[in-house]
Amino acid sequence: MALKTEPFVINVGPQHPSTHGVFRMRLTLDGEVIVDVEPVLGYLHRGIEKLAEGRTYTQNIPFTDRLDYLASMSNNLAYVLAVEKLAGIPVPERAEYLRVIMAELQRIASHLVGVGAFLNDCGAFMTPLLYMFREREKILDLFEMVCGQRLTYNYMRIGGVSHDIPAEFLPALDRFVTTMPGFIDEYDQLLAENEILLARAKGVGILPEELAINISASGPVLRGSGVRWDIRKADPYSVYDRLEFDIPTGSVGDCYDRYWVRIQEMRQSVRIIRQAVEQLPPGEVRTEVPHLLHPPEGEAYGHIEAPKGELGFYLVSDNSIAPYRFHVRAPTLINLTALRDMMIGWKVADAVIIFGSIDICLAEVDR
Amino acid sequence: MTLAFSGEEIASQVEEQLPGSIVDSSQDSLVVNSESWLAVATFLKDTPGLDFDYLTSITAVDYYDYFEMVYQLTSLKHNHSLVVKTRCYEREKPKLPSVVSLWRGADFQEREIYDLMGISFDGHPNLKRIFLWQGFQGHPLRKDYL
Repeated sequence: MALKTEPFVINVGPQHPSTHGVFRMRLTLDGEVIVDVEPVLGYLHRGIEKLAEGRTYTQNIPFTDRLDYLASMSNNLAYVLAVEKLAGIPVPERAEYLRVIMAELQRIASHLVGVGAFLNDCGAFMTPLLYMFREREKILDLFEMVCGQRLTYNYMRIGGVSHDIPAEFLPALDRFVTTMPGFIDEYDQLLAENEILLARAKGVGILPEELAINISASGPVLRGSGVRWDIRKADPYSVYDRLEFDIPTGSVGDCYDRYWVRIQEMRQSVRIIRQAVEQLPPGEVRTEVPHLLHPPEGEAYGHIEAPKGELGFYLVSDNSIAPYRFHVRAPTLINLTALRDMMIGWKVADAVIIFGSIDICLAEVDR
Repeated sequence: MTLAFSGEEIASQVEEQLPGSIVDSSQDSLVVNSESWLAVATFLKDTPGLDFDYLTSITAVDYYDYFEMVYQLTSLKHNHSLVVKTRCYEREKPKLPSVVSLWRGADFQEREIYDLMGISFDGHPNLKRIFLWQGFQGHPLRKDYL
């Protein structure tokens, strides 16, 4: 006789250690198998887009720090690029290089948290995360040298960066760049063939290539599915066209591929920083821009390859001191669209891993 | 470098296939009649040579007289991009066709616009507020919401 069963609804979150913030998943389960997922968002919605429409272009830079707070430098960069495009402001070459160095350091820092937290989700509790934080700490020290902050940097300015780097920065960066590849090897040695990681991440939560494109995924989620698409190569901004690097891609699109792409991207970032330091020219770091900027009427979309995907800012100007419309193309919100497709059919224990492999930051998702 | 198509260039191609669908075109963008938008979107996505397979971003802007939807389309295959706009002149119950059937990446973004700007999307599979709670009054990103 067949047993009469019913689907069972379980709420994961909003307060749950694996949700990396305040995020709720309504899982519908058939036994242990996930049959439906509904992400419930908005617990961290602060209305940043609305707030930004009432503040000047310069005052909005600190707001961008508070989107994806694990990658504030990248957010600063995307926003100032959009404003510069809107107002047609040139940027000194030295500032462009400094921006690239900061953005790549930020990519390493963000991926370290992403990978560390992902391994936490896999069950390797805290040890890998602390290994990752050991190196992230050094990056934060570097950022502290240039802008005095360790989380919300507010370093980029419209037309350049706020300060030139202090004398001790380049030697410290050199030490970091020399030692970092060894640390990445260490992670690889500890993790790449680790039984726990292989068993829990390989073949789990597959996102096929075509679906990844259709769902507008970006960043490591898109590249993990085998799509060779990186804004730094496809639509180079700043001075990325002068730097050599590869785009690592996965083959299957499972959680392991997304993890692997992040590790490889850290290696590429180190490579980019090395070249940027070699080519770093002397000179000004900031173009003189009026305090109250009045960009001409019009609109601009500026986008960059942020650590978590394509981060874009769409700005509309009505020639006043505040943007008429300020929209953030948040990569992690759009990557979350793929969550349902990746999760259905997997066990409830895999839910946390699949979710962790997207590497989201709720402050950016909810804005 | 991503090749940004001028609106005029694409407008002539679209007009040939779907006469009367284009309202306006400029160097930066293409403005499409809201009734023909879904047909134009299908044309842009499926025509060989255009292949706009990737919907980068959607947003809406409130210009008081009308709402303007801005679609940033990209083709990963050919590395080119296009900005398409469509307008909605209704303020009480604005309604536009949903593009989720073409690009599923529109799902959360259309819900966000519905939530914050109050535009409904016909054919969206799960249109409800995404950030604010059910029962919230008003749509904060509208210019007349203070």
